[in-house]
Amino acid sequence: MRDFALHRPTSVAAAAAAFSGAQGEAAFIAGGHTLIPAMKSRLRMPDALVDLSGLGLSGLAVDGNRLWIGAMTTHADVAAKASAIPGLACLAAGIGDAQVRNRGTIGGSLANNDPAADYPAAALALDAVIETDRGAHAADDFFQGMFSTALGDGEIITRVGFALPQQSSYAKFRHPASRYAMVGVYVARHASGWRVAVTGAGPGVFRWTDAEAALDAGRDTAGLVLAADDLNSDIHASADYRAHLCGVMLKQALATLA
Amino acid sequence: MQMTLTINGQGHSVDAPAAALLVEVLRDDLGLTGTHIGCDTSQCGACNVLIDGAAVKACTMLAAQAQGARITTIEGLGTPEALHPMQQAFREAHGLQCGFCTPGMVMAGMEMVRKHGTKLTPELVTHELEGNLCRCTGYINIVKAIVAGAAAMESLGEAPHA
Repeated sequence: MRDFALHRPTSVAAAAAAFSGAQGEAAFIAGGHTLIPAMKSRLRMPDALVDLSGLGLSGLAVDGNRLWIGAMTTHADVAAKASAIPGLACLAAGIGDAQVRNRGTIGGSLANNDPAADYPAAALALDAVIETDRGAHAADDFFQGMFSTALGDGEIITRVGFALPQQSSYAKFRHPASRYAMVGVYVARHASGWRVAVTGAGPGVFRWTDAEAALDAGRDTAGLVLAADDLNSDIHASADYRAHLCGVMLKQALATLA
Repeated sequence: MQMTLTINGQGHSVDAPAAALLVEVLRDDLGLTGTHIGCDTSQCGACNVLIDGAAVKACTMLAAQAQGARITTIEGLGTPEALHPMQQAFREAHGLQCGFCTPGMVMAGMEMVRKHGTKLTPELVTHELEGNLCRCTGYINIVKAIVAGAAAMESLGEAPHA
């Protein structure tokens, strides 16, 4: 790994200042479970790294109709403590492996927006608000395709607020080696209607509006077919296969609503 | 950069690059070679150490980020004369062949006890081992060792290592 200047600030303002004042390319490091592997393989070679672990951004709290989760909260803590949204706790318990869950963070996952990551599906289906040091983003506007988000350069996610659903559930079909989602479907029933988000299948997370409409109308979703045109096709699965998996995962998620 | 690490109860002052991984500092600067590097891509778990009691992959953490935490490596669990119950169980159940993955497997067992207590089922252990790779045993005896090691920690009153 190429060396860099490491900054370990203890406030959000100091982290933002360290980023903007850095010589050359700067990057934030949260849990590091995407960034460090990317730096080892020299896909990323930042000149300065700003560690977000000292900013006090961990923890969970229910406030009004939302569950707020600090950006630096690990997957293990979300799995253990997000009892207000069992589907979300279950999703976190299925990310990576036990050791990865002890380091990886929700803020890091959302900022990275890997097209096969789990949290983006929950954020979309649970109509999340992603708060930053500069304002707030609605999940519907936040995810902008593969590894791309509405975050500006140097913008820091501070916490994420998930709308408390009446019921929700996440089902994913894992790639057997990487454990990433080949397809993951998060289904949430809100007072205002259903939201269904799909990850892993396409170049970025998206809402499956036909499924939402069918559920809102009380129609059977068994016959729903997602068009394969815009889905990923690679050595692991064809677009048609992924389209079929979306239906299977939707069915599984609906069968395990909690 | 100068960093101070607390490893197995002892303070160490190390001068290493900011980019130094925890596993590199443990092995190359401090000679604690019980922590292994298997894949270096965050998959195999041979480099597992405990950070404030929780198992993490030392190949996917900067050494500088471990400052202020209590780090436990395989050398800090037991001694050759008095193995930790989890290590003893690996010996008794023959939970290894070449032994390369073993330090990480033992630490994974410690993580399971921390999270699930000392009464582990083979099904749970099999599931929880998904972050550890062994290329020779086929896992059967590793699972037996962790179940037995956890039970031995209960009967010996050995609290989860923190």
